[in-house]
Amino acid sequence: MRVPLKLVVAASTLLGMAAGLGAFTFVYARGSSYLTNDPKACANCHIMTEQYEGWMKGSHHAVATCNDCHTPHNFVGKYMTKARNGFWHSYYFTTQTFHEPIRIGASSLAITESTCRDCHRDMVEAIASHPGRGGEASCVRCHPSVGHREFGAVGSVAGGAGH
Amino acid sequence: MIPKPPSAARVALIAALAGGLATIAATLLLINIFERKQEARNPFFRVVELTDEVEDPAIWGKNFPLQYDAYLRTVDQVRTRFGGSEALPHTPTEADPRGQVAQSRLEEDPRLKTFWAGYAFSVDFRKKRGHAYMLEDQTFTQRVQQFKQPGTCLHCHASVYLPYKKAGGGDLMKGFEIVNHMPYAEARKLASHPVSCIDCHESQTMQLRITRPGFLEGIKALKASQGVIDYDVNTMATRQEMRSFVCGQCHVEYYFKGPEKRLTYPWHKGLKVENIYDYYEEAGFTDWTHAKSGAPTLKAQHPEFEMWNQGVHARSGVACADCHMPYTRVGAMKISDHHVRSPLLNINNSCQTCHRFSESEILARAEDIQAKTVALRNVAMDAVVALITDLETQKNAGASDEALKAARSHQRRAQFYVDFVESENSNGFHAPQEATRILGEAIDYARKGQLALRPLPPVARK
Repeated sequence: MRVPLKLVVAASTLLGMAAGLGAFTFVYARGSSYLTNDPKACANCHIMTEQYEGWMKGSHHAVATCNDCHTPHNFVGKYMTKARNGFWHSYYFTTQTFHEPIRIGASSLAITESTCRDCHRDMVEAIASHPGRGGEASCVRCHPSVGHREFGAVGSVAGGAGH
Repeated sequence: MIPKPPSAARVALIAALAGGLATIAATLLLINIFERKQEARNPFFRVVELTDEVEDPAIWGKNFPLQYDAYLRTVDQVRTRFGGSEALPHTPTEADPRGQVAQSRLEEDPRLKTFWAGYAFSVDFRKKRGHAYMLEDQTFTQRVQQFKQPGTCLHCHASVYLPYKKAGGGDLMKGFEIVNHMPYAEARKLASHPVSCIDCHESQTMQLRITRPGFLEGIKALKASQGVIDYDVNTMATRQEMRSFVCGQCHVEYYFKGPEKRLTYPWHKGLKVENIYDYYEEAGFTDWTHAKSGAPTLKAQHPEFEMWNQGVHARSGVACADCHMPYTRVGAMKISDHHVRSPLLNINNSCQTCHRFSESEILARAEDIQAKTVALRNVAMDAVVALITDLETQKNAGASDEALKAARSHQRRAQFYVDFVESENSNGFHAPQEATRILGEAIDYARKGQLALRPLPPVARK
C-alpha cells in the first residue's frame, strides 16, 4: 500500500502551484477589496464607473454606500448577496457577455426597494401601499437618480438631462 | 496478474490532476484580468508620429485602431424603415464605375421630379449612404457629371483641410476661396479622401476642432445675431457643443453666394426655417427658375443641424455624437463608436443609455414619429404639386408674370418648407413638432398659392 514518493511530490507540487497562483490572482485582482464596504471596489473593472461617479455627486453620497442600497440590511443577507452578485458579475465580465447599458436585475431591484423602505419607513409607510406596478409602489421608478445620477437619465428628478 | 494500484496512489493521482486543472483555470483567469487591466490603463499606443500634415486616415488608424476599424465600417449599407438604403447593383460604365449605388429617390417618388423641374436634382437624387461613399458618390452623380458645378461642392464631400491649406499657401480661408472658384473637375484632383480624422481632430491632442470654413463663418454669423461678437468656435465652444458642431460642419442648409460661389450657411437671422427663408428673401437669392411654374425656387439641403437644434434632444444637451457615435465598450475601455450610423441600428448604446425601455419599444416610438412625419410630408408634397400644376396650367394658358407673381411666391416658400423636412435625414425625428409645424405651414402656403390663382367667382344672386 505504499504510494510512490514521486507521485506524492508531483501532486503536492501541483496543488501548491494552484494554491499559489490562485492566491496571487486573488491579490492581483484586489479580491479582498470586495469584502469591504468601499464603493471604489464596485468600479474596479470600470463597468460601473458611471454609477460610481453618479453616486459621488448623488444626494445619498453622504449617507449611503453601494452596499447600503444594494445589499440587505442584515449580515447573512448582505454577504450572500455580495457572493451571488460577485460571482455572476465576474462571470459575465470575464466572458464579456452582458447587456449594455447595464441594468438592474429583478432580485437586486427588490433588495433596493426594501432598503429604501428600511431607512425611510416613517415617511413612506402611508404611501407604500399605493398601487404601482405589481401591487406596491416602486420608490426608484419616480426617484431613479437619488443613488447615482447617470448622465442624461430620463426621469431624473434633479432637473432632467445634464449639460 | 497485475496487482491493483494502491488507493492512496490513486488519490495522489487525482490530486495531481485536480491541481493541474486548477492551475490552468487560475492562469487563464489571471491572464484575462491582466488583459482587462492593461486595456483600462493604456488608451492608445503611439506607433506613428501624427502631424497636422497627415491626411491619410490609415496612418491615424495605426495609433487608434479601434476608432479606425469602426470608421471603416461606414461602408455598411443597411436601411432602417424610412432611412438609408441597401446596396443596389449598378453596372459599371466608363463615366460611372460604381458597382453599387443607393436607391434612387426620384424613382421611388416621382413627385420629386415635379418639385425640382428644371434643376439638377430632378435628374439624379439618391438615398443617403455611409461616410465612406461621400467622395465617390459626389464624383459620379449625374448632378455633377451632366451639370457644371463649382469646386465649392468639395467642401463637404472630401477631406479638404489639407487641400485648402495647400491651395492657400498655408491659409485655410484663402485656400477655401481659391477652391470655390475652380471648376469641380479641377478641384476634385486636389482631394484624395472622404471625411478623415484630421477634419474633426487636432493631431496632437485629438481634441475636436472645426476645420470647415463654411461652419466657421456660419456659426459666427449665428452668434452675432444673438449678440455674441467675434465668436471663434475653436476657442469658445464647450466640448459637448463640439460633439455636435463637428457634424454641423456639413449636415446643414447652405447656398453658394455670389459669382465667387462662396459656400455660405444662411444662419444670419437664426436656424429656423423661416429665419433662413427670410435671409434668402433679403439676399434676393434663387437657386433656379422652376421649369413648370416659372417660380423663383429654392432647394433646401439636409438641414440636420438646424432641425436637431429645434428638438428636445438638443434642448436636453444631447449631442449628435451621443446618438450617432455613442460610447461603446471594447474590453475594459470606452470609446466613441466611429461607425457613424442611424441610432436605430444601435438602439442599446444610442438610446438605452438614457431611455429605460426595451429596444422594441424604443424602435416603435421612433418609427411612430417617422411614420407620422412621412404621412404629413406626403400630404404637403401633394399640396405643393397641385399648386405647381395650377401654375403651369395658367402659365401655358398665357397668364402674365404679374398675375402669377403672388402664387409663385407662395410656391417658393411652400416648396422650400416641404424640402426642409424632406431633405432632412431624420424623417422628423430630430424635432417632431417642428417638422410637423413646418409641413403644416407649407400646406397653408400651397393653399394660399392656389387661392391667389382662383379668385372666387361673383356670387350669383337669386
